Amino acid sequence: MSSSQTLEKHKYDVVIIGAGGAGLRAAVEAREAGLSVAIVCKSLFGKAHTVMAEGGAAASMGNVNDNDNWMVHFRDTMRGGKFLNHYRMAELHAKEAPDRIWELEMWGALFDRTQEGKISQRNFGGHEYPRLAHVGDRTGLELIRTMQQRIVALQQQDAKEFGDAEKNMKVFAEVTITEILKENGKVSGAYGYRRETGSEVLFEAPAVVIATGGVGKTFKITSNSWEGTGDGHALALKAGANLVDMEFLQFHPTGMVWPLSVKGILVTESVRGEGGILTNSLGERFMFKYIPDVFKDKYADNEAEADRWYLDQDNNRRPPELLPRDEVARAINSEVKAGRGTEHGGVFLDVSKRLSAEVIKKRLPSMWHQFYELAGVDITKEPMEVGPTCHYVMGGVEVEPDSAAAVGVDGLFAAGEVAGGMHGSNRLGGNSLTDLLVFGRRAGKGAAEYVKGHGANPVSESAIEKASAKIEAPFTRTGGENAYTLHQELQEITHNLVGIIRTGAELTEAIAKIADIRKRSANISVTGDRKFNPGFHLAFDLDNMLLVAESTAKSALLREESRGGHTRDDFPGMNSTWRQVNHIASFDGDKVNIKAQALPALPKELFDLFDVHELEKYMTSEEIAKGGSK
Amino acid sequence: MARTLKLRIWRGDDKTGGLQDVTVEANHGEVVLDIIHRVQATQMGDLAVRWNCKAGKCGSCSMEINGKPRLACMTQVAAYPEDETITITPLRAFPVIKDLVTDVSFNFKKAMEIPSLQMPEGLKPGEPRMQQVDVERSQEFRKCIECFLCQNTCHVIRDHEENKKSFAGPRFFIRIAELDMHPLDMLRNRKKTAQEEHGLGLCNITKCCTEVCPEHIKITDNAIIPMKERVADEKYDPIRWLGSKIRRREEVL
Amino acid sequence: MQPRLGRLLLMATGVFSQGRAKISERTLRTDKWWIQPLITVGVLLSFIVYATWRAFEGAHYYAEPLISPFYSPCLSTTCVEGSSLLGTPFGHIVIFGMVLSPAFIILIFPLGFRMTCYYYRKAYFRSFWMSPPACAVAEPHAKYTGETKAPLIVNNGHRYFFYIGLVFNTLLTIDALLAFKNPQGQWGHMSIGTVVLLLNATFLWGYSASCHSCRHAIGGRLRHFSKHPFRYKAWTVVSRLNQKHQNFAWVSLIWVAFSDFFVRMVSLHPTWNKYFF
Repeated sequence: MSSSQTLEKHKYDVVIIGAGGAGLRAAVEAREAGLSVAIVCKSLFGKAHTVMAEGGAAASMGNVNDNDNWMVHFRDTMRGGKFLNHYRMAELHAKEAPDRIWELEMWGALFDRTQEGKISQRNFGGHEYPRLAHVGDRTGLELIRTMQQRIVALQQQDAKEFGDAEKNMKVFAEVTITEILKENGKVSGAYGYRRETGSEVLFEAPAVVIATGGVGKTFKITSNSWEGTGDGHALALKAGANLVDMEFLQFHPTGMVWPLSVKGILVTESVRGEGGILTNSLGERFMFKYIPDVFKDKYADNEAEADRWYLDQDNNRRPPELLPRDEVARAINSEVKAGRGTEHGGVFLDVSKRLSAEVIKKRLPSMWHQFYELAGVDITKEPMEVGPTCHYVMGGVEVEPDSAAAVGVDGLFAAGEVAGGMHGSNRLGGNSLTDLLVFGRRAGKGAAEYVKGHGANPVSESAIEKASAKIEAPFTRTGGENAYTLHQELQEITHNLVGIIRTGAELTEAIAKIADIRKRSANISVTGDRKFNPGFHLAFDLDNMLLVAESTAKSALLREESRGGHTRDDFPGMNSTWRQVNHIASFDGDKVNIKAQALPALPKELFDLFDVHELEKYMTSEEIAKGGSK
Repeated sequence: MARTLKLRIWRGDDKTGGLQDVTVEANHGEVVLDIIHRVQATQMGDLAVRWNCKAGKCGSCSMEINGKPRLACMTQVAAYPEDETITITPLRAFPVIKDLVTDVSFNFKKAMEIPSLQMPEGLKPGEPRMQQVDVERSQEFRKCIECFLCQNTCHVIRDHEENKKSFAGPRFFIRIAELDMHPLDMLRNRKKTAQEEHGLGLCNITKCCTEVCPEHIKITDNAIIPMKERVADEKYDPIRWLGSKIRRREEVL
Repeated sequence: MQPRLGRLLLMATGVFSQGRAKISERTLRTDKWWIQPLITVGVLLSFIVYATWRAFEGAHYYAEPLISPFYSPCLSTTCVEGSSLLGTPFGHIVIFGMVLSPAFIILIFPLGFRMTCYYYRKAYFRSFWMSPPACAVAEPHAKYTGETKAPLIVNNGHRYFFYIGLVFNTLLTIDALLAFKNPQGQWGHMSIGTVVLLLNATFLWGYSASCHSCRHAIGGRLRHFSKHPFRYKAWTVVSRLNQKHQNFAWVSLIWVAFSDFFVRMVSLHPTWNKYFF
C-alpha cells in the first residue's frame, strides 16, 4: 500500500506504544488528564510480558516490618544498581511506589493479605525488609489485569457519558509500529501496520510514549517472549533519542535449563525467598563461596545462620541465595564452568527439603504448575535444574526523571523497561513492577503536560510515503535472506560473545559480526502475503534487535570494569572512576555511536542517607570528600 | 532423541481453508508450539499463529489439538503416540482470521459489558482492609490468563452462534463471581444482571469450561454454581426473598 | 421439526457458522469421547428400569426389620404391616383404576433431588440430551435456551429438593437404626441388612452434604467469611466433600438400588439376612 487514500488514519493527543504495565499506566494517567489516548500493542490486549513477573512489586509500605520506608528502599535500590542509578529516578521510585500499589488496590487488585488485613509483603533478594506486595507468584498477571480492567472501567465511563466507549481511549491490538514520525524536529505521530491484515496505520499525535519493554529476544536463552525485540529502543534511537548504559543486561540466575522447549523460562526468585537452596553436582551449597566483600555484613557465611534467618530475621544475616541477581548468576556461571554443573548445564535449586508439599503448592503455585506441566518435574519431591537466562535490560532510553521525557526529542517519552537509568547496573527483583507504575504514570503526566503546552503537529505526506515504502520493502525482493536464519545467527553471536561474561576481543568480534548481519538484513525477502505473516513481522523485529545488539556490544567494549549486569573477564573488578560514567548510544542513520557522559552526582540529602564507609566501596575519595552535590 | 512427527495443520482464512499434511522433526521434551515454530522456520514462513510467553502464563497460543481446546505451549508432543498424526486447527467457536489465528474480539466486547468494581465512596488508597479468607475466592478467578479456551469450548456459543449476543461465557461468569465475592464491592445487582443480561441461565453445567481451563480454575463449581445459587436466593427462592424483605441481609453478610 | 430443516439450521450455526474455520468434521477428537456418555446412559437407564419395575411391583419391600429405601416411609394404607413408620395419612391413591404403589409417592422426591442436582445435570445433559455429548463435540440441536425456560428453570429450585432430601435421609437413618433389631423386634442385634442400610444412609448423607446447594447455604452465600468463623469452617468441610459430589452421586444411587434389591431378596429368602449377633 503506498496510496495514502486507503491509509487508515487516526488522530490522538497521545499514542502509547506498548500495553504492558508502564504503557497502560501512562494511558490511564493521560486519559485522566483529559487527553485522547491510543494504546498500540503487538499482541492482544492483556498479553504483555508483564504477566510473567512473579515475585511481586516492591514498595516500602511497611505493612510487615514498620522499619521500612522510602529511604531504606532507595538505599537498597542504589546498592543493587552499584550506585550507577540515576539518583533522581531511584528517589522518585522509592517515594511513589507505595501510592502506586495502593491505587491498584482501589482498581481491583487483590493482593495477599497480612493478619490485620493490609497488603502482605514478602522478602526478596537485595531488599532489606519484606517489601514485595504479591499475589502468590503471579503478581505481574494481577498488575496487568488490574490495569486492563481500569482501562475498561474508564471506557465504560465514556460509554455512559458520550455513548462511545472508545471516544477517549482506544486499544489497537496486534499493530506493529515501525517508525516514530517527526516534523520540525518534534514528534508528530507514529506509523505502523496491522499484524492481522498487513495494512498500514498512521497515528497523528504530538506526543508518543514508548513502553515497549525489553530486548531479551536478541539473546539465545531468554525469559522474554517474542515481543521482547527492543522495538522501543530502536524506535527511539532512530527518532534521535539516546540509549543509556546498554551494556547492562540482567541475566536472571534461575531460568529453567531443561527440557529444551522451556529453556530460559524463569524460576522466580521467591523460590529462594521461601527457602530454596542452590547446590552443585557435588551437593555443595556453593553460594557461601561467592559473597562479595561489600555484602559480607549482610549475608550469612555459614549454613546454620542462613537457616536460622528464615525463622528470625532480626538477629541473623540472610542466606547468600538471596544476594542480588548478578551475583547469583555469576556464581552459577562459575560453578558450571568449573565442571560442577548438572548434566544439562545448570545447578540444582531445591525447596523440597525445607518446605512441605502443601506449603510449596500454596506459596509457589505457578512454579509447581510450571515444572509439573512443562517439564514433568514435581518440585515438592525433586530439585529443579536452573541456570542464568537473559531477563532484563537495565539500559534504555535516556529520559528526564521527573517527566520521563526522552532526552533530545520533543514529544517523545519512555517508561518501564525501555527507559534507562533507574536501575543502574543491576535491577533488584520487585523493583520492575513498581518502576512500570511510577514512571508509567509520570510519562502519561509528562506527555499530557507537553501536549497541553504544544498542540498538534501535523504529519507530512512525504513522511508517510517514506514510512510506507520501508514496510513494503521486504516484499519487493525475492530470493533474499531468510529472517529466521539471520535471527538465529544474531542470537548465537550475542550468546557467545556478548553474554554473561565478556572480553574485549570477543566484543570486537561481535561488533564486526553484527555489522555483517545488518548488511545482509537489508536484503531480507519474505514469502507469502501481508496477512498475519510472521516472517514479515520478524523482518522488522530483527532490524530492531540488530540496533540493540550493536548498542550493547559497543557500550560493553568501552566499559573496562565489571559491575552489575556487565562482567568483563579482562577487567574483573569494579572501578570507582567508571562509576561516574554513563554510556550514551546514538544512531547516525548508519551505525551506533557511543559517548561517555558524566553520571549526575548524588545530592547531599541523598548522600547523607548512607553510611560513608559504605560509599567508600563505590566512590572515589574526591567524591566522598565532596559529600554529595549541592 | 529426535522423532519424525506427522502433522495436519489447518491453513486458510475466513473464506476457504483446509488441513495440510506436514512432516517435521521433533526433539525430546518439546511442546506443540515448538513444532509449529519449526514448521514456520523451515517450511511455512507465513504460517500464522499467536503466542507470547511460551510458559502457559499469557494465554495466547490457544488452539485445538486433536480436536481438544488447548494451549500449544502446554501440550507435550510426547503425550501423543509415535504413529499418531496430530491435527492442529484454530479455535472453532470464533471467526478465523488466518491459519491458527482467530478473531477473539467477542471476548473483549463482553469484558466491556461487565460493570467494573465499585469501591465504597470515601475510601482512600491505602485504607482498604481485607482478610485473606475473604479475598481467596476472588483470587482464584483472578488467576485467569484469558486464553478463552473456556469460551471456545462452551457449547452455548460454540454450537449456537445466535447465543453470542446474550451470553457472556464462562470467562466472564468468573469475573462476575469475582466481583460479587469481592469483600468491598458496592454494586449489589450483579446477581440479577448475571441472570438477566449476561445469560447465566443458559449454562447447563456441563463443565467443559472447567475441563479445558489450563489454570485449573474450578469455573463451574466455584463460580458458576455459586452464582446460580446466589441468583436463586434473589429470584427463585420465595422464602429467602421474603426474608430479605424483612431484614436487609446484604448488610448483615 | 423436519430432519432436513434441522440439518440446514445446524449447518448455518455452531462450528459451521459463516466465518469460522472451514472444517467439515463435527469434532476432530481422536479419543473415545463417546464412552463416558454411553456409560452414563447405561447406568441411569438400568436404574430407571429397575426402579420402575420395583415401584410397580408393590411387594417384597419389607422384611422385618428391613425396609427398602424405595418404600420408606410407606404412607399408603396398602403398605404391609409394620412398614409404615409415619402412619398412613393418605389412605391410598387410585389412578385409572389401579392402586398406586406407595413407592411413587416418595420416589418423586429423591428423583427431583437428583434431576435438579448440579452433577446429574452435567451427566444427563451430556448423555441423554447430548448438549454437548462431550467437550468440543458439536451437539445435534439447532436451538438452545439452556435453563432459562420451563421445565428446566425448575433446576433453580434445587435447594428445596435438598431440604426434602434431608428429611428422607433422617427417615432412612431411622430405618437403618431399626435394623439393629431382630425379626422378633428385640434390640441389640446386627445383620448384613443392618450394614446395607447403614451404608445406604451414610452414602445419602454424603450425597446431601456434598451438594452445591448445601455448600451455598452453609456459607457460600456469605460475603465475609472472616465475620463468620464457624460457618467458614463448615464451608471448607462441605467444599472438600463437594469435590467428591460426583462420586457420592453414583455410589449412593447404586447403593439405594442394591439396598432395595437386598431387602427384596431377604423378603423372599429370610435366611439371606445373616445375623452377626
